[in-house]
Amino acid sequence: MLYQDLLAETFFSLSSNKSRSALTILGIVIGISSVIAMISVGQGASKDISDRISSLGTNLLVVMPGSQRQTGGNIVRSGSGSATSLTLEDSNAIKASVPSIMAVAPTISSRKQVTSKGQNTNTSIYGIDDQYFIVKSVDLAQGIGITTAQVSARAKVAVLGPTTRDDLFGVDADAIGSKIRIWSQEYTVVGVTAAKGGTGFGSSDDLIYIPISTAAQYLTGSQSVSNINVEAASAKDMAMVQAGVQALLLERHHIADSLSADFSILNQEDLLSSASSVAGTMTLLLGAIAGISLIVGGIGIMNMMLTTVTERTREIGLRKSLGANASDIVAQFLAESVSLTFIGGVIGIALGWSAAYAIHYFSSLTTAVTWSSVLLAVSISALVGIVFGYYPAKRAAKLDPIEALRYQ
Amino acid sequence: MIVIDNVTKTYNLSGNPLTVLKGVSFKIDNGEFVAIIGPSGSGKSTLMHILGALDRPTSGRYFLDNQDISTLNDEELAAIRSQKIGFVFQSFNLLSRASVLRNVTLPFIYDYKTPRAERLAKAGAALNAVGLDEDRWNHLSNQLSGGQMQRVAIARALVNNPGILLADEPTGNLDSKTGEIVLQTFGKLNEDHGHTIILITHDPNVARFAKRTIEIKDGQIVLDKLK
Repeated sequence: MLYQDLLAETFFSLSSNKSRSALTILGIVIGISSVIAMISVGQGASKDISDRISSLGTNLLVVMPGSQRQTGGNIVRSGSGSATSLTLEDSNAIKASVPSIMAVAPTISSRKQVTSKGQNTNTSIYGIDDQYFIVKSVDLAQGIGITTAQVSARAKVAVLGPTTRDDLFGVDADAIGSKIRIWSQEYTVVGVTAAKGGTGFGSSDDLIYIPISTAAQYLTGSQSVSNINVEAASAKDMAMVQAGVQALLLERHHIADSLSADFSILNQEDLLSSASSVAGTMTLLLGAIAGISLIVGGIGIMNMMLTTVTERTREIGLRKSLGANASDIVAQFLAESVSLTFIGGVIGIALGWSAAYAIHYFSSLTTAVTWSSVLLAVSISALVGIVFGYYPAKRAAKLDPIEALRYQ
Repeated sequence: MIVIDNVTKTYNLSGNPLTVLKGVSFKIDNGEFVAIIGPSGSGKSTLMHILGALDRPTSGRYFLDNQDISTLNDEELAAIRSQKIGFVFQSFNLLSRASVLRNVTLPFIYDYKTPRAERLAKAGAALNAVGLDEDRWNHLSNQLSGGQMQRVAIARALVNNPGILLADEPTGNLDSKTGEIVLQTFGKLNEDHGHTIILITHDPNVARFAKRTIEIKDGQIVLDKLK
């Protein structure tokens, strides 16, 4: 049998029963499109999560103070991060002696009431040095960032996040050169950062950056830092840098047992991998639910093909009398079921893609249709056609030509 | 050329063996027009199935063009049917939603040595040989009359020029007048084109169109005579 003949025969028999073919295809369309749409929601969520995590910086380790340890009989512990165990000296020591480090950026953070002419807001104040914007991938929309000169001069300058700028000066107002007051000290606004997205607590758009030395002197009055951001030179150095920082700080703090360390190190890779494994599980779950409808569609195909084989028993007998052998008959019926699923698959991909777009458009949920999910859908639909078409095709091929020709 | 040599056929119906053909022998040369006649239950249908390579004899030999085909497997038998035998059935067995030309070119799907470009020409030649008007060729087959349908079926049977046309009660579903036209078509194909034709029937009036009659009764040949 030539493949052109096979295609022509398939087209002929599917088009001579249009409504039945269309309904069977519909089953597959629903299955495939829901697989694509569901997986796009799952993958969109995981892309969202990993984008947000990597927007915090790349190859980043964050060293945070641990819970407060008190020597002596008092064993009341405060919450993690409350201790003042990390200092600017620790930060400098890390920079000086741990290898494969790109940059170190300590921060001193504090939440304060901020006022400008007539407006006020309560926001986070970050004392940073010139490395911080590099390490955390912060871009400036206007003006300049915190410079080394400002840090050494303990200059009273501030860089605002866009949300804070909006709160204090009005939406998209030009704030450069304006004055703000933090804790009765006056600061000059020198820059505004670009919006990063993200809302709510910990938003990187709603805060104020000032030189770290200024923060230490006027806001906290101490040399202890809130955290130290360490950027490794490359992703493969992360583990080594983490171990180096750990060893150095244990030694500096005179702690022998790493379990009782008065600091903790957050690895961005760990965060990313645990977040993406959660998203991966969600994608799998959504895909599995959609997969059920695909199986139902496949059973629809099998049902139609079995009906077709029964209806066309005499035709099968005739074809055998004309010289069709078993493999020709299998090929013919398999081609019909695979074509049904293939057409259903193509329409389903288009529909699923549009559905993913619609979900994104109407619910602002991030959706991502990836080539791998399209490829998955196409191969599943072809597989469904083969698996559910094979049994009816085999049944047709097994028919005895004499019996089939007598069939009424 | 067909040589049937002491062919028997026994069916095993739930443990009870039933012998339908009890040692049949005959020879049919190329270009003959033979009627195999017998009442129902005589074994003529079984004989037709064996002649048509749809079935294998239990014992005995069947030579078609000097090739022993009594021991071939299913696939080899399918190839024999495709190349050497054209069937004409009592109930036509046309694809009802397909055009006349599509029905007639159907055998080429399984005997695909003929290039696709030549198929329509050959189908046209076959339809001319059975005398079907050209304006019907693109009609759907279920729009034709019974006589026209059977002529389309005959055209389908001879389109790839098989050695033998095997017709099983070809007039059984037709009235006597159209039946006669169909039988004359067979006669003409035999006379003008030299096709070997084997007609299986229970009706002596049909058999008289053939040049030779083989009569079968209870699985044995009781008469073999030339007209």
